[in-house]
Amino acid sequence: MIRFLLRRLAWFAVTLWVVVTISFVLMRSVRGGPFSAERELPPAVERNLRARYHLDWPLWRQYVHYVGPLNLAADGPEMLGGDGARPFGGLLAGELGPSFKYRDYQVEDILVESLPISLALGAVALVWAIGLGLAAGVLAAARRGTALDIALRLAATAGIALPNFVIAGLLILLLAFHWPFLPVAGWGDLSHLLLPGFALGAPFAAYVARLTRTGLVEVLGQDWIRTAHAKGLSPRTVLLRHALRAGILPVVSYLGPAAAGILTGSLVIEKIFAIPGTGTHFVNSALNRDYTLAMGVTILYTALVFALNTLVDLAYTLLDPRIELEEA
Amino acid sequence: MAGGTDRLFRAGAALVLLGALSAALLLGPRAARLPRADLVANNGAEVRSLDPQTVSGVAEGRAVQALYEGLTALDPATLAPRPAVAERWEVTEDGRTYTFHLRPEACWIRPGTDPARFGERGDPVTAADFVRSWERLLHPATAAEYAYELWCVKGARQYTLLPEDRLYASTLRDPVWVAAAAGGRQRLGLTGHLLAELDGASEVAALRRPGDALAAGDPFAAAAGREVAAPIGGRIVAVNPALPAGAAALAADPYGAGWIAEIEASPAEAAAARAAGRLVDAAAYRRGWVWPHQVGLRAADPRTLVVELATPTPHFLALTALHPLYPVHLPSLAAARKRWPDAWETEWVKPEHLVTNGPYRLLARRLHDRLRLAKSPVYWDAAHVAMRTVDLLAVEHQGTALNLYLTGEADWIAAVPANLVPHLAGREDFRPAPQLGTYFFRVNVTRPPLDDARVRRALALSIDRRAISAKVLKGGQLPSWSFLPPGFPGYARAEIDHAPAADEPAVAAAAFAADCARARELLAAAGFPGGAGLRPLEIAYNTAEVHRDVAEVIADGWRRELGLEVCLANQEFQVFLDTQRTLDYDVSRSSWMGDFLDPVNFLAVFRAGGANNRTGWASSSYDELLDRAAREPDGARRLALLAAAERILMDEVPILPLFTYVTQNLVNPRLGGFSPNVLDTHPLHHLYWMDDAELARRRAADPPAGELAPAPGPREGLHPPAGRSG
Repeated sequence: MIRFLLRRLAWFAVTLWVVVTISFVLMRSVRGGPFSAERELPPAVERNLRARYHLDWPLWRQYVHYVGPLNLAADGPEMLGGDGARPFGGLLAGELGPSFKYRDYQVEDILVESLPISLALGAVALVWAIGLGLAAGVLAAARRGTALDIALRLAATAGIALPNFVIAGLLILLLAFHWPFLPVAGWGDLSHLLLPGFALGAPFAAYVARLTRTGLVEVLGQDWIRTAHAKGLSPRTVLLRHALRAGILPVVSYLGPAAAGILTGSLVIEKIFAIPGTGTHFVNSALNRDYTLAMGVTILYTALVFALNTLVDLAYTLLDPRIELEEA
Repeated sequence: MAGGTDRLFRAGAALVLLGALSAALLLGPRAARLPRADLVANNGAEVRSLDPQTVSGVAEGRAVQALYEGLTALDPATLAPRPAVAERWEVTEDGRTYTFHLRPEACWIRPGTDPARFGERGDPVTAADFVRSWERLLHPATAAEYAYELWCVKGARQYTLLPEDRLYASTLRDPVWVAAAAGGRQRLGLTGHLLAELDGASEVAALRRPGDALAAGDPFAAAAGREVAAPIGGRIVAVNPALPAGAAALAADPYGAGWIAEIEASPAEAAAARAAGRLVDAAAYRRGWVWPHQVGLRAADPRTLVVELATPTPHFLALTALHPLYPVHLPSLAAARKRWPDAWETEWVKPEHLVTNGPYRLLARRLHDRLRLAKSPVYWDAAHVAMRTVDLLAVEHQGTALNLYLTGEADWIAAVPANLVPHLAGREDFRPAPQLGTYFFRVNVTRPPLDDARVRRALALSIDRRAISAKVLKGGQLPSWSFLPPGFPGYARAEIDHAPAADEPAVAAAAFAADCARARELLAAAGFPGGAGLRPLEIAYNTAEVHRDVAEVIADGWRRELGLEVCLANQEFQVFLDTQRTLDYDVSRSSWMGDFLDPVNFLAVFRAGGANNRTGWASSSYDELLDRAAREPDGARRLALLAAAERILMDEVPILPLFTYVTQNLVNPRLGGFSPNVLDTHPLHHLYWMDDAELARRRAADPPAGELAPAPGPREGLHPPAGRSG
């Protein structure tokens, strides 16, 4: 297990380096720049701005400076001609740099401020997805073939087919305007997360419901379930204690991708509900050509997805002893 | 399934769920929901920074205006500059020297969040604060977007633009620069400051010829009869062939084409002169010679600021109300620099460190969420500030902002979704008003056939502006035939020559038909009868429904009325800006929003080669009219010169004006002190909540056309404070 994790970690470092390098080059080869706006700056002022953020350096030098750990700027180490005030800097020194667009913030501050909000939103969405999905799946499997089953399956299909912003719009209309139970948007406490969490988790709930139902239906047809019934256990006990435990396996393995999907897919929901999470930066930083913030968000998501995938791989081996980590 | 694994799995699943739940439950409330502010306004975007000198946007302006205060402030009802930190001022007769007298009670808040000390007065706001803040605005290291707004001050432009790549003579008597040139030569020239001080017509000549020997300290140039000495010596090898020349010609590019002579002198000699202190680098020259002696800014005493302008600038008092010219508290900036050498730039603006002098102070800030402002108890006019706390939301999605307004979570939003404007029109709380901004299309005049003014005029005439305003935008936008929007006091706009139209549909249709007929004639005169022989044109716009719809109406008109082939090109914003900047387009969507009420704010855009010109259009007579207007001390004559310049612009039509913007404020009817104005500026400290009686009085005096909008409130203790009439 430890060897597996170490190897994963090594791969993570390589992946991260590749991601950083590719995004760095891509970001700077797109047309436009962080300082272009409809109202153009006088050339001298733009020159000053570019110099301040070292955009006047050759690309390789910007890259080396960004990755670190040596600071190539004027306050860098003396052996590189700097004044030695701040010899280290860059990614390897744990610095993501100042945001180009939000001048009052370091990129790491932006991420530290917004990530917990996105995580909280993701957690609520995941709770919705698992809670609703499991309940619907179990109900549909127990009442297989009835109108309820069909209705639930239809709802699940709709949940997968409808984009989350449509669901969000419907929810706002119903629960914020028609019956004003919940705040329409904004960020403050848990009540602000219920609607966006639901809208974000709905497609995943639908998937969970389908997986649960399929898993249960398959399990319910097996011999040992008949044995359980024959032993005189109540149908409820058979369903919830015995069948569910086996039928839920596909759902558990789906949680990793679902969590990653929820985290990276929150940008539209964050926009509609005005939630100051990381999702907003995911797209806006690229549109604004905010090089450092875009890099920071990319690195963050790379790490998150990598960690979640590793967790899922670990979970597989726990669920099914036939799978070995070394092969993974 | 093995029992152990099963337990492990259950434990794992339980952990995941528990983790998710506890994250949601712990982190959610930790966001610490703030109590609702007295006033919640949507700012429309996250502010780039709260540093007044480095920002230029609308959202930033609103926040900075609440936190800081400048010498003057615009009255929201009349837009006239009113005393703010300056309690009075004098202007000399030639309009070039302003003396501001600062009010003694203006002060900074004391830094720190220590609640025991909150509310204490900090340092007084002094004239030196303004001098140093303006120095900061102008200094290249600040990289201020709006540095040029202060270039009207004598020597300020030179201070910002002093080239870094050369050395300067360390004397005030001989303002000379020395730059290394090819082949071991040194090039000498006169600084921009000297050339700008001379009368434009006076002559600048070289005193030596190639081959002459020149010793350090010998005169080598004469500017308006005054001899200027060289800081280093050597044999003269070349003299600028353009000499002698007028000072104005050299001043256009003093550090490039305006050089005087080249001498044979090795870099070592320059280095020696530098070591001896006869030459200094740009940073030292800027600090030691330009700032103290050449820039027209002076703190005569702690409460008197004297500003000397390069040219009479009638809108200077409006400029001092502009947020880049607000002061910052430099001692706290210096302290931050010392305390966080790596991160001072991002630390000093944090709520717990930011020192401000405005009606509000920063209480909390969450990126992409809100700025929470609290009334500053030490503001000199605090008695007249009604709202104790104000939230400026950073909600970008206009639909979300509208939702917040409709559910009472926001009291004022500055923009609404364009497609809902027809539904909101007529509501009591929807307050559209003409805005100081023009929506227009740029034409790339460097590309045939658009290099022909007749073709451009034909394009301008065959746009159905009324259809765009009435059918596409539906927000009360005024069709526009001029670059300048209405609203400049005393200024008569110049319009594109067109058939006069009226609001009546039949008249408007006839006028448009006449314009189209005229357009076809123009096109035929340019050699393209019926559009024959014209290549297809492309209209570029940045991704947005509104721009696409407008472009479609235009394309449709050109196809139908002129027989042109037109296609649309939709581009991502940054790509679009690049397209425009590199003149890689035929016709391209644009807009210009004014900062202050002076025509120059618009007209300067289309100076030849200006960064915002982006059409390739250049007219020396246009530039000359602007130059003459800049020197003209008489107000009315100056406006006439500016109108003449606009006349040229509208005859040559490098741009196709379409309409004047309207503001789209949705405001709780109970909010008092809110006056719609062309700059869409609504200082927070003027706002208050009306009580029922006042609201009823208002509604009786000026009955709203539509049905009454809900007016939640009033909130306790927020009626207009004594001494202020709404």
